[in-house]
Amino acid sequence: MSSAPVTMPAPLGETHWVNPAPFNPDVTKPMTAEEERYYRASGLQLIWWKFKRHRVALVSAIFLALLYISLPFVEMIAPYGMTSRHADHLYAPPQPIHLFHEGKFEGPFVYPYKFKFNLETFTRDYVVDRTTPQKLRFFCRGEAYDFWGMGKMNAHLMCPPENGTAFLLGTDRLGRDLLSRIIYGARISLTVGLIGIAVSFVIGLTLGGLAGYLGGWVDATVQRSIEILRSLPELPLWLALSAALPVNWSPILVFFAITIILGLLDWPGLARAVRSKLLALREEDFVKAAELMGASRTRIIGRHLVPNFMSHLIASATLSIPSMILGETALSFLGLGLRPPVTSWGVLLNEAQNLAAVNLYPWLLFPMLPVILVVLAFNFMGDGLRDAADPYH
Amino acid sequence: MILFLLRRFITMALTLLAISALVFIVIKLPPGDYLSNQIEELRAQGDAAAAAKAEFLRHQYGLDLPVWQQYLVWVGAMPGPNGWAGLLQGDWGWSFEYQRPVNEVVNRALALTILVNIVVVIFVHIVSIPIALYSATRQYSLGDTLVTLFGYLGLATPNFLLALVLLYYLNRWFGVSIGGLMDPRFNDAPMSMAKMSSILSHLIVPVVVIGLSGTAAMIRRMRANLLDELQKPYTVTARAKGVPPMRALIKYPFRMALNPFVADIGNLLPHLVSGSVLVSLVLSLPTVGPILLQALKMQDQFLAGFILMFVAVLTVVGMLISDLLLAALDPRIRIGGGA
Repeated sequence: MSSAPVTMPAPLGETHWVNPAPFNPDVTKPMTAEEERYYRASGLQLIWWKFKRHRVALVSAIFLALLYISLPFVEMIAPYGMTSRHADHLYAPPQPIHLFHEGKFEGPFVYPYKFKFNLETFTRDYVVDRTTPQKLRFFCRGEAYDFWGMGKMNAHLMCPPENGTAFLLGTDRLGRDLLSRIIYGARISLTVGLIGIAVSFVIGLTLGGLAGYLGGWVDATVQRSIEILRSLPELPLWLALSAALPVNWSPILVFFAITIILGLLDWPGLARAVRSKLLALREEDFVKAAELMGASRTRIIGRHLVPNFMSHLIASATLSIPSMILGETALSFLGLGLRPPVTSWGVLLNEAQNLAAVNLYPWLLFPMLPVILVVLAFNFMGDGLRDAADPYH
Repeated sequence: MILFLLRRFITMALTLLAISALVFIVIKLPPGDYLSNQIEELRAQGDAAAAAKAEFLRHQYGLDLPVWQQYLVWVGAMPGPNGWAGLLQGDWGWSFEYQRPVNEVVNRALALTILVNIVVVIFVHIVSIPIALYSATRQYSLGDTLVTLFGYLGLATPNFLLALVLLYYLNRWFGVSIGGLMDPRFNDAPMSMAKMSSILSHLIVPVVVIGLSGTAAMIRRMRANLLDELQKPYTVTARAKGVPPMRALIKYPFRMALNPFVADIGNLLPHLVSGSVLVSLVLSLPTVGPILLQALKMQDQFLAGFILMFVAVLTVVGMLISDLLLAALDPRIRIGGGA
């Protein structure tokens, strides 16, 4: 169907005002300072601005940052040593912190308790003595420790009262302070996730990159292995692999082996993301432009493709850290993961596996709390990062 | 359709083949095997006769063959010392620890594992569909916010820790022991209504615990899908033409949003199976989980290998079913021959 162009009589004059001055592209509306700042901001800056708007993610990020910053100083933060035993305080219940003694403000203090073995029920009874408050000490000298091989130190953030005890979260079957052990355990539990994700990141980036870039049989092979790995339930495989670790390995070697095992099974998700992003970006105009300008393949990949999906990758990597932390916790909980003296939250929870013990000494479940908090924080932060990773949308 | 089915079956068979090789490698990773460990122990005790017997058993089960031959014998692609007796022939091997054939050891656990996983899948769907429908149609309402919050918590709560906490609190507050499959007093009792209800009440907690994160994930995805569909012009048209709200919801947007939902079973299953293994260990539920852990620790290779294989088959078959359902639901996949 063809139709002649119909020209409407243009309403000129009073109904439709047209600027008669010639258009001069040099004269444009000046940008406000706000707009100027926005347009000149780098990609990272835009990501940060967008991330900041996500309140929960920001709080989670700060929480995690604080945790990670304090990892080198756990010896100072923990009131007791990791393995110091208190033979007269086995399975001691938590000593809550009080502020008021008989209606009078005293500052943070604890009531001492005495241990008595109940011969009728065969349980340990701790009798709290409510008459003598014992003040907690802060920024004080306490148990000595070796600080990163730099000699002995004894400065602590918080110490038990003089001639008293402060087991804020109770003690375990050897009389070791649970709070201190949780603080020491953070060092292992939190690094497991990072090392594991580093392993999975390298594998995922390499294999995904190769698959997306080379295509052909490489792509097909990688794709099939991704499918196979994804269809396997990971926990039984983790179990099998950790059971395969030789018993005579040193605990540190086992630690690294476990993190590598966790990373080895996690890469398919990342590899798939890299591959699909590479395939999609390869068709973009800016890649064609770079190609026409004679950029080498390495330059196109390194300078144009990778920076474009790196933020995405980091966001999705953040989201898989919690599963690694949980994996380590589960393995250690079952007794197939890390072994004492290496102490992680999972190793601590291993003692809570015995239901009878948990019934009598419920504070053994405390190490669960930091696990859940950290996992939640990583989830929130990862969500925020993922939303912020694409600031131009 | 037949071509599609054929292709799916061939892929499944190849996947299982690859998985069997992987499983066997993993099982064979630790040095030695159950019998060689036993032989060493017996030698150390100076029990030469028993050691010789174990040596004979080692030969009997083909553990002295090269590893690749052992694999072929195990799968059933090569005659072993006892002729053709591998997984393909339905012979699952011998458990050294229990001194019984593997199928006798795992017999009851297999049924329970399948039962638990099917119930969990059904639970996840029954719970998440109505909740997602509710929260998508009332976006940003109080209920929706609560659901979203629950989604976050459900995704982040580690299921085995939740199981542990529930185990503790239910025992403390209500004096109910939720561990095990049934009340200990029914253990040897014949099947009765009381026993049945005891089993059912013991299954509730594991099912909820295993299904929690899956439910949370499903609700999130379904809600997002539905929100997308509710904006589409065809929904607006249907509403404008005066289709009752419920019908306008169920008939078009819901069906569209259901599609990725079914496809998601494939992603869901490995997690559920993982979760069920772990949670069974905590709640001492007699599924294959506890047997697997013990077998791995003892290097009881045929038993461990079979259970790993079984767990893989469970997920792969589940994925196949979800693919078939998807094909039935979506003609594009049926006709396109799989995408």
